[in-house]
This record gives sequence, C-alpha cells and structure tokens, in this order.
Amino acid sequence: MALIGDFAAQALQMFLVLLVAPLILGITRKVKARLLRRRGPSIGLPYRDLWKLMHKEAVLAPNASWIYRVAPYLIFAATWVAAALVPTYATGLLFSWSADLIAIVALIATARFALALAGMDVGTAFGGIGSSREMLISSLAEPATLLIVFTVALVAGTTQLSAIAVHMVHDPVGLRVSLGLALFAFVLVAVAENARIPIDNPATHLELTMVHEAMVLEYSGRHLAMIEAAAALKLVLYFSLLICIFVPFGIATTDKSFAALAIGIAAYLGKLLVLAIALPIGETAVAKMRVFRYPIFLGGAFAAAALAVFLLFVSQSF
Amino acid sequence: MSAIIALGCIAALIAVAAVATGIGRWPGASRLVYGAVLAVAVTAFANSLLHLIGAADAPALVLPIGLPGLGAHVRVDALAAFFLCVVNFGAAIASLYAIGYGQHEPFPLRILPFFPAFVAAMNLVVVADDAFTLLLAWEFMSLASWAMVVAHHEEPANMRAGYIYLVMASFGTLTLLLAFGLLAGGDGAYSFAAIRAARHSPLIAGLALVLALIGTGSKAGLVPLHVWLPLAHPAAPSHVSALLSGVMTKVAIYGFVRIAFDLMPQPSTWSSMVVLALGGITAALGVLYALMQQDLKRLLANSTVENVGIVFIGLGLAMAFRANQMSAAAALALTAALLHVLNHSLFKSLLFFGAGAVLTATHERNMDRLGGLIHRMPVSAFAFLIGCAAISALPPLNGFVSEWLTFQAILVSTQVAQWGLKFLIPTVGALLALAAALAAACFVKAFGITFLGRARSPAAEAAREVDGFSRTAMLVLAALCLLAGVLPGVLIDLLAPAVQGLVGDRMPVQTSLRWLSIVPVAESRSSYNGLVILAFFLCAGGLTATFIHRFATRATRRSAIWDCGYPSTASTTQYSGSSFAMPIRRVFGTTVFQVREMVDMPRPGELRPARFHVKVFDPFWRMVYGPVARLAWALAQRLNGLQFLTIRQYLSLTVTTLILLLVAVVLWR
Repeated sequence: MALIGDFAAQALQMFLVLLVAPLILGITRKVKARLLRRRGPSIGLPYRDLWKLMHKEAVLAPNASWIYRVAPYLIFAATWVAAALVPTYATGLLFSWSADLIAIVALIATARFALALAGMDVGTAFGGIGSSREMLISSLAEPATLLIVFTVALVAGTTQLSAIAVHMVHDPVGLRVSLGLALFAFVLVAVAENARIPIDNPATHLELTMVHEAMVLEYSGRHLAMIEAAAALKLVLYFSLLICIFVPFGIATTDKSFAALAIGIAAYLGKLLVLAIALPIGETAVAKMRVFRYPIFLGGAFAAAALAVFLLFVSQSF
Repeated sequence: MSAIIALGCIAALIAVAAVATGIGRWPGASRLVYGAVLAVAVTAFANSLLHLIGAADAPALVLPIGLPGLGAHVRVDALAAFFLCVVNFGAAIASLYAIGYGQHEPFPLRILPFFPAFVAAMNLVVVADDAFTLLLAWEFMSLASWAMVVAHHEEPANMRAGYIYLVMASFGTLTLLLAFGLLAGGDGAYSFAAIRAARHSPLIAGLALVLALIGTGSKAGLVPLHVWLPLAHPAAPSHVSALLSGVMTKVAIYGFVRIAFDLMPQPSTWSSMVVLALGGITAALGVLYALMQQDLKRLLANSTVENVGIVFIGLGLAMAFRANQMSAAAALALTAALLHVLNHSLFKSLLFFGAGAVLTATHERNMDRLGGLIHRMPVSAFAFLIGCAAISALPPLNGFVSEWLTFQAILVSTQVAQWGLKFLIPTVGALLALAAALAAACFVKAFGITFLGRARSPAAEAAREVDGFSRTAMLVLAALCLLAGVLPGVLIDLLAPAVQGLVGDRMPVQTSLRWLSIVPVAESRSSYNGLVILAFFLCAGGLTATFIHRFATRATRRSAIWDCGYPSTASTTQYSGSSFAMPIRRVFGTTVFQVREMVDMPRPGELRPARFHVKVFDPFWRMVYGPVARLAWALAQRLNGLQFLTIRQYLSLTVTTLILLLVAVVLWR
C-alpha cells in the first residue's frame, strides 16, 4: 500500500512537470508580448500547438536516417526523466536516489548530444551551424554548471537533490556568499541553456542568429512536437532546479500529509509563475549577443561559480 | 596456480609469434594467427578474472632465467589480475576484430609475428615481480609495438611517427631504469619485495617518483610527453591502434600505480599535486587537440590523451588523500581511476574498430571526405555511436560512471589540510568538467561528420558494410559499454581487493544496495543508478512513441530537404569537421594553440578558387621539443668529430675516461 502511494507521488511529479511545461511557456510568451505592447497569443496556445503538431504527418528528408526519427523521442525522454527527478513539491520520492545533480546535468547533456546529431543528420548548412554553436555553448556552460553543482554540494554535503532541498529547508544555511554567486552563475547558465535572449532568440526567424531553431529546422509533425515539448520541459527543469536548490521553502519534506503536499504543490506553482514572469522581463531588457561574445557571458558564470567553490574550499562558512 | 597459467599463456603467445614468422605468407595465415591469439587471450582473461573473483593472493614465483642471482620473479596479485583482465580482454576482442579486418592487410608478415609478441610483452609487464623483468618486458612491448607502427613505412609520415615513438620510448625506459635504480638502492635488490621493504629518504623517494612519472607518463601520453602518441597510434593498422590506445596506455598506467602505490611508501603532498596538475592539464589539452583534428584516427588518439588525463586525476586525488590519511576517500579516487581504465579500454577499442571499419570501407581517414555512412554501414554506425556516447560521459553508459565517481572524489576532498591542494583540487575539477563538455562536442563532430549528412566523396558514396567478425567485435564492445554503465556496482566490487591492497581501504560493498545503486563513500548521501535511469529512458521514450503512433498519427512522408527554401545539392555545402570545430577553435585555440586562419578570397571577377587554411601549433613542440632537438643536433654535430680519430687518439681517450671514472669512485667513497 505504501509502495503504491510512493509510486503515485512519483507519477504525480512526472506528470506535473509535463502538464505544467507548455503553460509556463505560454505565460512567458504572453508576458513578453505585453511588455512589447502586443496583445500576444493566449496562454494555452502551446498546448494547442503541440496537439496540432502531434496529429500532422511527419515530413522526412529523403536521406534522413533512423537517428533523425529516434532523436526527438530520445531528447524528450532524457529531458522528461531529468525533470521528473528534480524534487518539485516533495522530497524523498520513490526514485529520487537514482540520479543526483551531476547525473541530471549529464542527462541534459544526453538530450543535447542527440539534438546536435539530429541537426547534422540531413546534411544542411543550417543544421550544422546550429549543432556547432550548440556544442560551443554547452562546452562553455557545462563547466560552469558543474562548478555550481560543486558549490551546492559543498554547502549541503551531498549531490542528491532531495537531500540538498531538505538541508536548505531545515538547517540554518543563512545568506551565503557562495550560494549568492552560485545563483548568479545559475541564472546565466539557465538563460544560455534554454536558448533565451541574449544567447539565442526563441522567436527568431533570422537564420544566422539562431542556434536551437537552426538544428530543428527540418523537423515537422510529431517529431517537432516532441522537440518543442522537450524545450518547454527543459525550461521547467531549470526553473525547478533553481527552486529546489535556492528557494525550496514550502516543499514537503518530513511531513507527507495531504495538506503538506498541497502546500508543496501550491508553493511550487507559485514560484514557477514568478520565474515565468521574471524571465521575459529580463529578456526584454537586454539585446541579443554576437556569437563570439558568448564566452564573455558564460565566462562570467564560470568565474562566479569558480569563486564560490574556491571560497568553500578555503572555509565552509562562506 | 594462476601465475603459472599466465606464464603458460605468455609462452603460448610467443610460440604463436614464432610460428607466424614461418607461416605469415600463407593465404589463410592471418585467420589462423588471430584465432590462436584469441584463444590464448580468452584463456588468460578467464584465468585472471577467476583470480580476481577468488581474490587469492598468489605467492611469488621465481624462474631460473634472467639476471644471475636475481632470476625472474613473477606474481599475480589483485592489481595485476585486474590489469591482466583489461589487457587480455582488449587483446581477445582485437583478435576477433582482426580475423576479419586482418584480411585487408597488404603485408601480413609485417604485422602477424609482432601482434602476439606485443600481447605477450604486455602480459609480462603486468605479471613481472622484479624490476629487471618489468623493464625487459617494457622494452619488448615498446619494440613490438614500434614494429607495427612502422609496418606501413612507405608513407613518410609513418616513418616520422615511428622515429619519434622510438626516441620517446627509449627515453621513457631510461627514466624508468633510473627510477628503479634509485628504489633498489646500492645493493641492487631488484625484486619488488625487496624494494617494498627498503627505506628511502624523502629526497630519493621523490626523485624516483618523478622519474617513474616521466617514464610511465611518456608511454601513457601524459602532457607534455604526449607528442608521439597522436602520431604513432593512428599509423598502425586499426586493430593495433585499438591495442595501443585502449590497452598499452593502461599497461603504462599499471606501471605508475605499481610504483607509486605499491612499491613506494606514503606519498608526499607535493608529488600528488604534480600528478593532479599534470592530469588536469592533460585532460583539457588532450580533448582540445582532438577537436582540432580532421583525421578520424588521430582524433581518437588525441582523445586517448584526454582519458589518460582523467585517470591520472583520479590517481593524483588518491595520492593526495593517502598523504592526508583519508583512506576511504583514497579508495574512492583509486576505484574511479581504475574503473576509468577499464571503461576507456572498452570504448576506445570500439571507436578504433569503427574507424578501422570506415577505413576499410572507404580507404579514407579524413572526416571532411566522409559523410552519410550510417546508410551504408548501419551496424558499424550504431556501434560507433554507442562508443561516442560512452566516451562523452553520457548516462546510462559506462563513461559517465567513472567520471561521476571522480567528481564525487573531488567533492569529498574539502578536508585536505594543505593550501596548495585546497586550490588545486577545485581547479582540476573545473578542468575535468571542461574536458567532459568538450569531449561531447568532439564526439558529436566525430560521429556527425563521418556518419551523418551526405557523402562528401565518391569513396564514401560507395562504402560497404564490413565483415561479420568485425561487426561482432564492435557489437560486443557496445553491449559491454551499456552493461558496465548500468551495473557498475559489480565492477566496483571486483576492484575492491586491488584497491584494498593498495590504499588499505575499499569502497562500500555496492552489490548489496537496493536496485543496484552505487554510492561513493559509506556516509555520503549521494547515489546513482544507471539501471533505473535506463528503465526510465526506455519507458518514457517508448511509451511516448507508442502513445503518439497509436492515438495521434504515424503518417510519414519523404520529401525534399527544406533548408529554409534554398536547399543545395552540392555535398560540400554541408558543415565540415573543420567548420564544426571553428567556434571552439576561435574561443580556446587562439591562445592555447596559436591557431592561424588564413583566408585567400579572390576578388569579384577573378577565376582562381578561394582558399582557406588553418594552422594549429602544438605549444609543446615549440617550447620543449624544438629546443631539445636543436640542442641534440648541435651536440651531435660537435661529437661527430670523435668518429674519425686515429687509433692513438682513441686509446688515450679510453685511458682518460677510465682515470676520470676511477677518480670519481675514489672521491665518492
């Protein structure tokens, strides 16, 4: 009986992130449109887009290989698994021990690996440019991400996300210089990883500035739906990581009563909403960057995270 | 018992080598020889695996051959058994591959005798229990592999690679000889038991460790001693490249582990810092070199340099923890290093086999003339893809597990007392993270340019899938990469006796954990479970695909490439390997490699073609090897005069030398 409850809690988490992902994307688009003094599409549009794309036939290039057809599902699965393993409304779920923060970063890398290969499969110049730049961004962002992981792990004494959230909620962590630096670095990395302005423009159709859109240029139908869903999930994944590590308050830890879980879900959704509104505000305030300025942007994230780690190696009280 | 079987296998391999010399010209000889090596290697592998599982410590065996008064000591302990497993499994799978691949060898007699001899030499290095036997086997290993590197000496590049390899190998053996000389002391007690028992002053121990690091590092490809490796490994036929990269570098690492952890006392902090720093630099530079390559086999050889760096990071951490009496952490770091040794031998062999398959099918190593091979070589492409994902440290494959353990070892290191280590360890962690990310970029390039897209040359257009033996060898390795990724706990427990013997502690028993998770240290709350991740992957992906195909649509149509409305039929409009690496080359390469990009663009109306040329300099060639080579050349020019003396002058030279040496001896005493 307890096992069924545990399974249900884990399944709830899996489907919660999946269901909420298009909504978050819709909210960011709406807020951005309002900030640009447009009316913007309805918040539910991403759901309808996904539904529509799923029912359309998939058009494949004549020389598309099996990689091109498998990659969308693989990308979706990897992102979904990663997102489902980040504690959202409760800690200590049934499978929370199967992947720690490093493994979640690596799962995102798996999705990116598949996406970059899919971009190169048909052999177009756009696919190649997208893959090449995506790997540049990742090779700059991943070291920074891992240093953020180090920072958090050194503060909490573990890389297990569930345990990190519990530590942040229950132990008096206080305001830490290292965590502040890590948060700053995390925001920069999250912006880069999710192909948002100033690194990439999710709404662009100017081919030469795009990275993510260039890789998926040839995709259509259900395959495109999977990739779009994975992109939405990835945004939620990064939001959830931020919430779980830096502001986990409200998450159900020891008390697993119905009320505590409800509070956990409400707190999670509320924090997601705040982030979904904050992201487009930040995006409208800055301009898109040239490709060869990415190292400065992500180098900043790397430097901040490295400083945090050094401080913690010097003294655990930073 | 197992030592006797191991010796028997070595003798059998040498016999195969001798027979191969005789029958090498027969038409079926290569199948026969590789089949025999396969049989012997499988026997030796089974023997060492049983020894490792049984964890019985065999007594030393003394053979009445070798130096008078010393004999040849042979012993198989847990560490040797583990490395024997790696060596013999690599040799067995390479032989299986070569049963098919070796058919394409135009000059079989240049490879066949040396292949078994090389395997025998590597076995002998690992079982040797005295310095003389080890050095003899080491040199034998170098020479046998050198012969295969220069097998195709028609190409001047191969001769150059062979020459540089020979110089570096001799230099490495020389430093190893000196290291053992220092460790053995004045009495010349060269058996390992005597070396272990001897007490060394810190100065002598430090000097011996540095010499051993140079000697083994030059074989393993540690920066800055790596320069020969990307030249020599690709020059050999691909199954030999796989052995060189996947196995021989591991034998070199075995040499270092044996000396630094077994023969020497507690390491000092500074020596661990040297190893850590070199490991970090090697990992980051190796993968950057790899990214710059257009030659598939050279890319793989450079990535070997990176992986050797990762292993040395683990070893350096283990040494640092040992110096700080943190035995549980030392066990974790050493296990991570040894597990990466095993993992790398699996996926690097696989990748070299894949490169060999491509070479057989297209006679082309340059990625910029390949492309689209996934359609014509589906099995090789699939296996190569698994290898690429494994080496890029992607879960749920095996490369991720050993990198995860290395990261965990870095995270338990905050208690080290020395300030130098406190700053060095996070720096090395950042370098390791950079290497992991760049490795993914590198292998997206390797797979994407070679196997995906459209064919860039007629040879790639006409490629055919390789034979069944080669395909089987690749698929077996791919399966093992997955298996080692989802069940790492079994391997960690297998490694435990070896680790226990070296650092006096072991990682917690993994196979008793629920759902076969792995945990780094007992009190840690971190865990990872490849099996559950794989199950989640399959469920999430499979269910989604089924759901969509069932309830939405499965309609598919083939139509022309869209490419924003301007599709080009010319295959040269695709991204090439060089253009794929361009952003990373710009960001990292300009400072590290002094990359020069020269664009020669004709003016409008001119009819000559545009030209683009990239020059990548290895800083170590310019900073270290250039001056050394010039100095050696200048000295040789000076000493050349000594070859043309009269007999009177020769005699007086000899007498003067003798007197000087006698004076030195008198003063020394």
